[in-house]
Amino acid sequence: MRKIWLIIQREYLSRVKKKSFLLITLLGPVLMVAGISLVVWLGIEEKSTQTVLVVDEKAPVFKGLKSDAFVEFSYGNNMGIAEAKELLHQSEYTCILYIPSNIEFSNTAKLYYKEQPSIVAIRNIENQVESIVEELKLNQYKIDRKEFYDVKTNFTLSAIKHAESGKEEKLDSSKTVIGFMFGAAIYFFIFIYGVQVMRGVIEEKTSRIVEVIITSVKPFQLMLGKIIGVGMVGLTQFVLWIVLTMSIFSVVQSTVFKDFYSPEKLTEQVQATPEVMQELEKEKTSKKFDILSPDGILQRTNWPLMIGLFLFYFFGGYFLYSALFAAIGAAVDSETDTQQFMLPVTLPLTLGYVLSLIIVENPEGQVAFWSSIIPFTSPITMLVRVAIGVGEGGVPIWQVGLSMALLIIGFLVTVWFAGKIYRVGILMYGKKVTYMELWKWLTHKQ
Amino acid sequence: MLSIQNITKSYSNHTALSEVSFEVNEKKIFGLLGPNGAGKTSLIRIINQITRPDSGQILFNGSPIRPKHEQYIGYLPEERGLYKKMEVGEQLLYLAQLKGLSKQEAMKRLKIWFEKFEISSWWNKKIEELSKGMQQKVQFIVTVLHEPQLLILDEPFSGFDPINAALIRNEILELRNKGATIILSTHNMASVEEICDDIALIYQSKKILDGTVVEVKENEKENEFLIRFKGDLIAFTQSLWVDAKLISKKEVGGYHEAKVKLLNDKQPNDLLKAVIPHVEVHSLNEVIPSMNEVFIKKVEAINNNSHA
Repeated sequence: MRKIWLIIQREYLSRVKKKSFLLITLLGPVLMVAGISLVVWLGIEEKSTQTVLVVDEKAPVFKGLKSDAFVEFSYGNNMGIAEAKELLHQSEYTCILYIPSNIEFSNTAKLYYKEQPSIVAIRNIENQVESIVEELKLNQYKIDRKEFYDVKTNFTLSAIKHAESGKEEKLDSSKTVIGFMFGAAIYFFIFIYGVQVMRGVIEEKTSRIVEVIITSVKPFQLMLGKIIGVGMVGLTQFVLWIVLTMSIFSVVQSTVFKDFYSPEKLTEQVQATPEVMQELEKEKTSKKFDILSPDGILQRTNWPLMIGLFLFYFFGGYFLYSALFAAIGAAVDSETDTQQFMLPVTLPLTLGYVLSLIIVENPEGQVAFWSSIIPFTSPITMLVRVAIGVGEGGVPIWQVGLSMALLIIGFLVTVWFAGKIYRVGILMYGKKVTYMELWKWLTHKQ
Repeated sequence: MLSIQNITKSYSNHTALSEVSFEVNEKKIFGLLGPNGAGKTSLIRIINQITRPDSGQILFNGSPIRPKHEQYIGYLPEERGLYKKMEVGEQLLYLAQLKGLSKQEAMKRLKIWFEKFEISSWWNKKIEELSKGMQQKVQFIVTVLHEPQLLILDEPFSGFDPINAALIRNEILELRNKGATIILSTHNMASVEEICDDIALIYQSKKILDGTVVEVKENEKENEFLIRFKGDLIAFTQSLWVDAKLISKKEVGGYHEAKVKLLNDKQPNDLLKAVIPHVEVHSLNEVIPSMNEVFIKKVEAINNNSHA
């Protein structure tokens, strides 16, 4: 045990002390925050006001367009569209809104712009024009506005899960998105650190240090120590990334973007555009993917459960795959020879990732069930499923239990198999190894 | 100290060792000889418990060898290996602790070795920054730091310049004098004659010869004598008789040198009696075969048998 501990220490410290580790650990969150901030900043920049020249062939029907923080309308009296286009680049106007005379039949207007306006601005114009066209049609057909609203149907089908016990829950795929993020994190973690294990094994093999070390420890201990040590490095990096990203983000938020994030500012902007607010309101109620609201996705996620299961599947999946990566490392002489063995390992791993994209939409289907039971894909897919909850109304407890048990068995079996290949492989030099050869190593006596 | 008993080991397509047995005596330097591919490394790996034999056993101080004996064995593999990116001091501490030393004890011993080899300034250097010879010194320290009772050195002199080779040779002798038993595997016969007490010769997975160096040479000598004289060569040859055959002759700086093989238990005195009346004898030496000659002779004998 003491020896495994020594190996874990070495594997851990030799990686954590590297400058590149420090650099990536620090740079990762900085880049992340910078990226997010850039997106937010660009979003804010886009909200600069559009000045729209309205060419209204049905004048004065569209006189009623209301200017606000995003869009400012002015009217070219009796100006033709050709004339307006000529004027556009010599003027301050950012766009031309062209309303053709047959708008009530064609249901289209045209917006000519210099630089693409933000979605918010386009939505705003669209909504205003739409409601005026509606008004126009109501008048033409002599329909009362109230009657119209009574007839106009905004239909929704509400899908609700009815559990045996009578408990009912609305299907909520937004929760599985959180699960998908966890699953994706595991996927990338296994990939990055599994390959690190493989490189470590190849390094020991090519530098021939392995022959010295296995006179002191068993090959299996060496393999296990390496896997655990590298896993700890990964966990350290992961935790540091989250902590650093959070803290940098909160610092940036409270200093640089102080004004933009203040609630007053936000409400002020929203109030300024009632149509947009309505639109947002609609989206809110239909999707419930608003992070800030008390009913938001962050509040509805069962964090202790998610984090607990995340750690379990994180290590389970990592052990399973890194043992295979270690076996590959032992079987080859250099990294260039790894290609032929990599595919069978990376294929199920990537499959798990791809399937989890499907499972986000359908966390209780056949694909979801089988892929979350089989140990090669379960570390990624089960995380997506359990995000909807475990037990009543969620993934049945027996399925989670079975999946966890199979993952433990799966990783014990792969570690055992990998150990056999590892033991023979690390002492085998200068030979191109084939699958046939690997099979011999597996079945070979010591 | 170490008793190798009927060790057999075969891999899927060839036999590496077949029924190999010999004894390694305590506080001796034992030469394990044989050409490349004879099975030396396979045997060393079995002694190191890296692999297990198919049959046969190894006794370490009288009891079957077990993983707990690892700490009493030091191994210098033929293919030297260290972590290239790790610092010298850190690496030595790590490997010593894996062999069971405490950190403090390892530190203490390392200081002594670093002073002895005059390499104290290397402590914080990475292995890859050192020359090959320097790396060899570090590797040697790795092998001996835990003061093993049994040292297994595979081609210990390869890669050293003559000065450092002499340094290592003296270290090996000193370790033996302090009580260590040393197995030295090599195909360099000259080094064997210099420092080995006992040897075993392995060829084509079989042990074909073992014993002390003196014994082996005694057994392999062929009752040949080198006689150095002045005078008439024809008179000399005519003085020889049916039990004294002239093997070769040459002239060196005014002397004649003739190699004569005595048959039928004839003694050197018989030879002297026969030639002294005819030529002026300056010296007579028995021809003792070098290990190299013994080696080649044995190998040729086997090859002839297998062809016959």
